[in-house]
Amino acid sequence: MADVMAHTDSSPALHGLMAEFETPTALVSAAERARLAGYRHMDAYSPIPIEELNEALGLRRTRLPMLVLLGGIVGGMSGYALEYWSQTMAYPLNIGGRPFHSWPHFIPVTFETTVLGAALSAFVGMWALNKLPMPYHPVFNVPAFVRASRDRFFLCIETTDPRFDRHATAQFLQSLHPVGVTEVAQ
Amino acid sequence: MADMTHTPPADIDLYRSRALKIGGVGLLACAIGFVVDRDHFFRSWLIAYLLFLAIALGSMGLMMIQHLSGGAWGVFRRIFEASSRTLPLLAVLFLPVVLGMHSLYPWTHPDHVAEDEILRHKAAYLNVGFFLVRALIYFAGWILITWTLTKWSRQQDEGDMSVNIRLQYLSGGGLVFYTFAATFAAIDWIMSINPHWYSTLFGFLFVGGHGLAALAFTIIVSTYLAQHEPMSGVLKPHHFQDLGKLSLAFVMLWAYFNFSQYLLVYAANLVEEVPYFIARTSHGWQYVALLLVVFHFAVPFFLLLSRDNKRNPYRLVWIAVALLVMRYIDLFMLVTPEFASTGENLHLLTGEHASSLFVHWTDLAAPLAIGGVWSWMFLTQLAQRPVMAVSDPYLREALESSGGH
Repeated sequence: MADVMAHTDSSPALHGLMAEFETPTALVSAAERARLAGYRHMDAYSPIPIEELNEALGLRRTRLPMLVLLGGIVGGMSGYALEYWSQTMAYPLNIGGRPFHSWPHFIPVTFETTVLGAALSAFVGMWALNKLPMPYHPVFNVPAFVRASRDRFFLCIETTDPRFDRHATAQFLQSLHPVGVTEVAQ
Repeated sequence: MADMTHTPPADIDLYRSRALKIGGVGLLACAIGFVVDRDHFFRSWLIAYLLFLAIALGSMGLMMIQHLSGGAWGVFRRIFEASSRTLPLLAVLFLPVVLGMHSLYPWTHPDHVAEDEILRHKAAYLNVGFFLVRALIYFAGWILITWTLTKWSRQQDEGDMSVNIRLQYLSGGGLVFYTFAATFAAIDWIMSINPHWYSTLFGFLFVGGHGLAALAFTIIVSTYLAQHEPMSGVLKPHHFQDLGKLSLAFVMLWAYFNFSQYLLVYAANLVEEVPYFIARTSHGWQYVALLLVVFHFAVPFFLLLSRDNKRNPYRLVWIAVALLVMRYIDLFMLVTPEFASTGENLHLLTGEHASSLFVHWTDLAAPLAIGGVWSWMFLTQLAQRPVMAVSDPYLREALESSGGH
């Protein structure tokens, strides 16, 4: 609450400062320059995927592929274990004189549960790592932000960044030649 | 893009003469093999021949898919074209297989067919005359398709955009012809070595092998081109990532088809089908089978999962080289366990016989001979045209895009 009190003299608490750009190229170069200027707590918003942004923002690689791999391995092992347990221990059946542990027959189920485990961990992992569902996010307080899903590109430097300074950061964003710079209310 | 003519790199002639020298040495060794150990020579020649035919036919298939799909991988079109334009040479290199029919295929022996009821029933299809007519049809069709497509592609380079739709129509029909012809070729040239055995998946396995061989070869050539002007400015990590992703898909396809074939035979447990797998899982051949499971599937599968391995051509190219070697071993495994270590086809020998793991020196000579001559032909074709299809309607997208596919 102390933080809020400090700002009550002029305006409500800030989430950050947002600059609006007209092209993806301008956004990428702005993000690059912000990173070079030392900013780390920032995010970019774009209506289309821009692969170069990950590097420009200095984002660390997502851990999702590792989660999916683990999910696949766990899924596959459980599928095989289920087959092994049911066919050799719980309810062994003699089928055409084949051994109870006929591993080639277990592979299709193992494959399916591998895919299931990987797909489920991709789905759940994607939601969890993105902290979804998220019913409220401060960036939507900026009226112009509706165009982030249509034809405008935004870069938001957040107040949690150690280098964030209300005036210096605003000046810095202005130097990137955006359409405009807006304060984002908390 | 300073150089709009896209002339191929200058040192291509150096590699051409090297390839021809290697091919010459290999051919000499093969000639000796033909004289001293004819049965082994024919078997080795067939295996090596199938490897390089796979690269050419796979490239033809990928070229047609690229015409149909468009998209960012158009930068590889000239490699596919040069590689499939080696088909006339491959038609000539098929002649030793025709010469060696009596060594390779038991159904070419009339006395053997007369004694074998199953072969008597199959004689309407498996006879020398029809075999040759079919081979003629396959090659005529493949060469005609390749020549027409590459001719139109050349016209497209010169600015004739009316060919664009024709390229797509012929590619659609051409893919159907290619797949059918390759399925029958697989039956004729590999499956009929053991004329009692049959598998309905065999043609798809053959075609899937073409795709993988062609992709691995394209990765190797692209890595070379990416080091030189004019392609050094064009080929980006995401292009290699695309080739890597497709290779991963074909590695999985190979494993999927092979396992499906194995599982069906294992489940049915029929006396006509199981000897094929018994031969390949005993007498030393089981080690080759294990090698294939590990290095044709498991290891490349996990290596190709990694994004870094796919985007770095210097890592990807080693995976590609290894995959080509594994393609050769896979073809070796399809053919060789049907032969005795003396070189005769097992099915021609009277009584019970089993093949024990063996490798003959001609198995090294034949890939050198065909590989050398074939590479010379490929490089000659590659040098004749701009290394990029400059009027590909999707080229702008290919050069700019870096994601979203």
